[in-house]
Amino acid sequence: MATTITVNNLTKRFGDVVAVNNVSLVVEPGSFLTLLGPSGCGKTTLLRCIAGLEDPNEGEILVGNKLVYSSRKGISLPAGQRELGMVFQNYALWPHMTVYKNITFALEIQKLSKEQMDKRVMEALAEVQMEGYADRYPREMSGGQQQRIALARMLAYRPKVFLMDEPLSNLDARLRMDMRVELKRLHHDSGATTLYVTHDQLEALTMSTNIAIMKLGVIQQLGSPDQVYHFPSNLFVADFIGNPKINLIDGVISGKNKIMLGKLELSVPTYGAEGDVIAGVRPEDIKILNKPGTGAVEFSAYSVLPSGADSTIIARRGELEVTVKENGISKIKMDEKIWLKLDPDCVNLYSKESGNIISTANC
Amino acid sequence: MLVLIFYMVIIPLYRMITTTITYADNDRRYAKDAVPGELTSFHWMRMLTTQIGIVMTLEPLLHSLTISLGATFMAFVIGGGLAWLVVRTDLPGRNAINILAVLPYIMPSWTIAMAWKVLFNNGTLGGTAGMLMDLTGVAPPDWLAFGPVPIIISSGLHYYTFFFLFVSAALMSIDSSLEEAGELAGASRMRILGKITFPLVVPALLSGFIMTFAKVMGTFGGPNVLGVPVRYYTLSTMIRSNIAVGAFGDAFVLAIILILFSMVTISVNQKIVGTRKSYETIGGRGFMSQKTKLREWRGVIAAGIITFQLIVAIGPLVLLLWSTFMRRSGDYSAANFTLAHWVGKGDPKINNGEPGILLNPAIYRGAWNSIRLAVATAFFTAFFGIILGYAIVKGRGTRLSKITEQLAFIPYVIPGIAFGAVYITMFTQPVGPIPPLYGTFALLVIVSVAKHIPYSSRSGVSAMLQVGRELEEAAAVAGANSWKRFSRIIFPLTSTGFVSGFMLTFITTMRELSLIILLVTPSTQVLASMTMRYSENGSEQQANAVILVLISLVLIGHFIISRFRGGSLKKGLGA
Repeated sequence: MATTITVNNLTKRFGDVVAVNNVSLVVEPGSFLTLLGPSGCGKTTLLRCIAGLEDPNEGEILVGNKLVYSSRKGISLPAGQRELGMVFQNYALWPHMTVYKNITFALEIQKLSKEQMDKRVMEALAEVQMEGYADRYPREMSGGQQQRIALARMLAYRPKVFLMDEPLSNLDARLRMDMRVELKRLHHDSGATTLYVTHDQLEALTMSTNIAIMKLGVIQQLGSPDQVYHFPSNLFVADFIGNPKINLIDGVISGKNKIMLGKLELSVPTYGAEGDVIAGVRPEDIKILNKPGTGAVEFSAYSVLPSGADSTIIARRGELEVTVKENGISKIKMDEKIWLKLDPDCVNLYSKESGNIISTANC
Repeated sequence: MLVLIFYMVIIPLYRMITTTITYADNDRRYAKDAVPGELTSFHWMRMLTTQIGIVMTLEPLLHSLTISLGATFMAFVIGGGLAWLVVRTDLPGRNAINILAVLPYIMPSWTIAMAWKVLFNNGTLGGTAGMLMDLTGVAPPDWLAFGPVPIIISSGLHYYTFFFLFVSAALMSIDSSLEEAGELAGASRMRILGKITFPLVVPALLSGFIMTFAKVMGTFGGPNVLGVPVRYYTLSTMIRSNIAVGAFGDAFVLAIILILFSMVTISVNQKIVGTRKSYETIGGRGFMSQKTKLREWRGVIAAGIITFQLIVAIGPLVLLLWSTFMRRSGDYSAANFTLAHWVGKGDPKINNGEPGILLNPAIYRGAWNSIRLAVATAFFTAFFGIILGYAIVKGRGTRLSKITEQLAFIPYVIPGIAFGAVYITMFTQPVGPIPPLYGTFALLVIVSVAKHIPYSSRSGVSAMLQVGRELEEAAAVAGANSWKRFSRIIFPLTSTGFVSGFMLTFITTMRELSLIILLVTPSTQVLASMTMRYSENGSEQQANAVILVLISLVLIGHFIISRFRGGSLKKGLGA
C-alpha cells in the first residue's frame, strides 16, 4: 500500500552552485526518512525537487511506479499531479481562508462532494485533535495550533507520501517535544512514506526510521539512527551527530592493529592502514575513575556541567580536551584530578587524510 | 507585459530624440536651407549656443534650479521639523497634525499659487489688484506678487507634506534600543540626537530632498500661474510655450535636458541610499518609548503648528472661495458680491458670457472627463501593478524579470511635462495597428497609466513579496493550476494593496496637470486643465471655482474609497 520514492542521480544547480550533487536515494515504503544537515547542505532543495517545486537539472524521480521527473525523457509533472502532501516550515496556511476552507481547497480541486468534504475535514481535524476549529482564521490561532492545521490540511487529501520541510522549527522547545510525539504517532498510524527535512539532529534521531546526512549536496551516510549515531561513516557525520559532541582524538598507527593516542597505546583493528588517524569516542563511552588505575590517564576537570539526568565533564590534559558524560549529578569539582579510561572496543577509527572510517566500534 | 512597457515607454522616447535631430516643416521659418525630414543638429545648436538659446534654455534652466532648490529647502525645514516634533516629542494633538499634513498633498499643486494670486496680486500687469492691496491700499512689491519668491513659497508649502511623511516614517522605524544603548553609555540627549538619531535618518533625509527636488523640477502649475505672466519661464513652462507654437524640436531639446537633470538627481539618490541601505533594515517594531519633553511649550507649539497647517491647507481654499463670489475681481465690498460665477445664467459682461460653472455643460463635461480619467487610470494601474508584480517576483533572478523591472522604472525619471511631450510625437501618426490617438481620451488614459507604471510595479512587487512563496507552493502541491493559484490565493491576498493603490492613483490623476496639459484638446478637457485655461484667459473667479470643484471631487473620492477596508492614503504615500 505505502509508496516508494526513488531518486536517481539527481542534480540541481543554482548558477554555479551545485545544491544537489548527483544524489541517489530510495525512501522505503512506509519508512520515515529524514534529510539531516547544516543549512545550505541541499536537503531542502532535494525535498523541493521531489515535491515538484524546483526543477532539477539532471536525473529522475519516481513516486511509486510513476515517473514524475526525468531529465532524459523531458518529463516534469507539476507538483499537484505527484500525489504528495507537504507541510511547510511556516505552515503556509492561507490567511484569507478559514481552517475549513484551507482544508477543502485541495478537495474542491479533486471535485469531492460537500458531504465527502465535511467528512474529510472532521476526520483530519480529529486526527490532529483540533475539532471545533473549522471556522477559525489562521491568525486567530497559536503557532502550535496552526502547525496542527497545516498537518490536517495535508492529511485531508490523503496523499501517498508526506513531505515535511522543517515543520517544527518555528515552535518553542516544549511544543516541539509534544509535536515530535504526535508526528511519530501519526506516521506509525498512517503508515505513509514520509520524507522529513530538519537541521535538528534530535528531531532526526527521535522520529526517523532512517536518516540521510547531507553536506554540500551529497549524502554522507544513510542509515538507521543507531547506525549513524554509533557508526558514523566519516568524520563529518561523527562530528555532526551527537550532543555533547563526539571526542575526536589525534593519533597515529603504531603497528599492526595498534594505535598511539599521545602516550597511550590502544589495540584497535587497523586493516592494514597506515599514518595519522583520528579516534572517535562518544562521551558516554569513557569511564571516569577517581583514582589512578590500569589504562587510566590523569586529567583535570576543566568544567563540570550537570543537567539533571546526567552531567557533562570537560577534562583537560595539556592541549588535549576530552568530553565525558556521567549519569546523574556529578560529584566532581572543577579543577579536581580525574582519571579517564578508554575502552578500545568503543573506538571508531578514521583516516586523518580522507576522513573516512577505518574500523568501527564494537561495544 | 514587457512588450507593452516597451511600446509605452521606449518607443516614445526614441521618437522624441529623433525629432530633436530632424528638420520639421515649420523650421523653414528659422533656417533657410531646412529640408523637412533630414537629419540636423539645428535644434540642439540653436537651443544651446545662440542668443535665443540663452533665453530659451539657459534662463529657464536656472529658474527651474532656483525654484527647485528653494522649494525643496523650504519643504525640508518645515516637513523635517514637523516630523521630528510629531514623532519624537510629547507634542499633543498629533493625530490632528497628521491628518492636516496630508491635506495639501491631496490638493492640486498649484492651489496655493492661485490663492497667492488672489491675495498678493498688485495690478502692475493689468489684471485686478489682490485682496491685500484692496484692503490696505498698499501695492505688494513685484517680487512678492510674481516670480521666483511666490513660486518657491507656494511649492514649498505643497511639498512639505511629502517630506513630512518621508521623515516621520524614517524616524518611526528607528529602533529605540539604539538610542537607549547610547543613553546607557552616558551620552547626553543632544549627543544622542546628533550622533545616533540624525545619522540614522540621513539617508531618508537625503532621498526625500532629492525626490522633492526632482518633483519640483518638473512642476508646471505654479510656475505657469505665478511665473509666466512676468515672463519668468522655467523649463516646464518653456516646453509648453514651444509646443504651443509648434516648435516640437526645440521643446523636446528642453524636455531631454529636463529628463537628464532628473535622471542625474535620482541616480545620485539611488547611489546614496544604495550604499547605506543597511540602515533601513535596522528599523524594527520598536516605537519610541522615550520622547523629548517640551514641558510648558507643548500647548503653544502644537497650537502654532495647527494654526500654520490650517492656514496652509484651509486658507487657500477660503481665499479661492471668496474670490468666486466677486463680480469684478479685486473689489471686496459687499456690493460686489455675486453668485454669478457659480449659478449665473450667462451675462455678457461676466466671463465672456459663459454661464456660472454649476450651469455650464463644459464644466460637467470636464468633471466627467476627470472622473473617467482618474477611475480608468486607477483601475488599469492597479491591475497592471498586480500583474507586473507577479511577473517580476515570480521570475526573480531571470534576466527577463530584471529587464522588466528596470524598464518599468523609466517613467519615474521623466518629469510629467516631458512625458506628456513624448506622447505628442508618438501618437500623431498611426503606429503599426494603433490609429493616431492624438486628441482622444484614450491617449490621456494611456499616458497616465504609463506614468504610473513605476509606482504600480513597485507596489505590486512589494505586495507580492508579502505573500510568502510557500503560500502559492502549498496550493501547487494541493493540485491547483496557475490560474487557480492566482485567482484564489495571490489575488485575494494582495487586494488590500489593490485598493490603496487604486486610491492613490485616483487622487494623483485627478489633480495631475503637467502630464496631460500638452495632450488635452477642447473635447478632452479635464478640470485640472480647465483651471489653467480660465486662469490664462484672465477669468480668475472661474478658474478658482473650478479648482474648488476639483478639490471637492478629490475629497469625496478619497472619502468613498477609504471606506473600503484597509486602504489609507498615508500608507500608500509612505510605501
